Amino acid sequence: MAESPQVALKDDFALVAEAKAGSYAAFDELVNRHEKKIYRLGLNLTGNPADAEDVLQEAFLKAFVHLPDFREDSRFYTWLVRIAVNEGLMKLRKRRSDKSVPIEDSVDEEGDVMPREFADWKPNPEEQYAQAEIEEILRNAAQTLSPAFRTVFLLRDVEGLSTQETADMVGISEGAVKARLFRARLQLREELSKVFKRG
Amino acid sequence: MKCSDCFQQLSNYLDGEIDAGLKRELEEHLGKCHRCQVVFDSARKTIELYCDGKLFELPSGVRDRLHAALRRRWEEAAR
Repeated sequence: MAESPQVALKDDFALVAEAKAGSYAAFDELVNRHEKKIYRLGLNLTGNPADAEDVLQEAFLKAFVHLPDFREDSRFYTWLVRIAVNEGLMKLRKRRSDKSVPIEDSVDEEGDVMPREFADWKPNPEEQYAQAEIEEILRNAAQTLSPAFRTVFLLRDVEGLSTQETADMVGISEGAVKARLFRARLQLREELSKVFKRG
Repeated sequence: MKCSDCFQQLSNYLDGEIDAGLKRELEEHLGKCHRCQVVFDSARKTIELYCDGKLFELPSGVRDRLHAALRRRWEEAAR
């Protein structure tokens, strides 16, 4: 559908109000604005393009169905991320043979984590690899994190949610968010260092 | 400052949640310690790469199927 310039200029708050009143153009613009980021979130969370597409579709279909219930006490995008994360985590749970084991089972926030890779990185790795190649490197590195750590990293560092928003969304304390984020960042750096280090 | 103390402040430093005195001490250490400097620079670059909007493009087929599914749902709801 062609995007009307008037709709494209509006902020999410105004578009949500118009979509609630029955404007498909307004809802479509919300989708256009956020589809790429939600797909990226699904891809990083599940590590699988087919699952990422399911996460994307389910997130927007649920957003459409539940839009009348959206109370607008958070940003539309934050609400959408919450739906997408729930969809992504459900996908991961379905993959596990023992579905009674929660995603949180293997979380270890204690103990020292120390870097092991100290070699300089090649400059601008994003310019030295084909786009598909670097996407795969990042996706594979994210999959080395436990889902609990991966979720916190994606919400805080990639989606830009605050520590408080992340804590509320995941259902853990702010201290636990910080501890998980610290370990996730260090682990991802270690993984990427294996690929991006010089020499 | 020891390297182990420096690493423990990595997240606080990247998030700007560190008091001025500790920040000064940490930056002084980073200026002298190449290993710590590498860890901090590559951790920052790690986050930048995951946030790079040019990566993880939405494949056109995925986009088409999403919009078709939403359009269908919208039309069903309107009936």
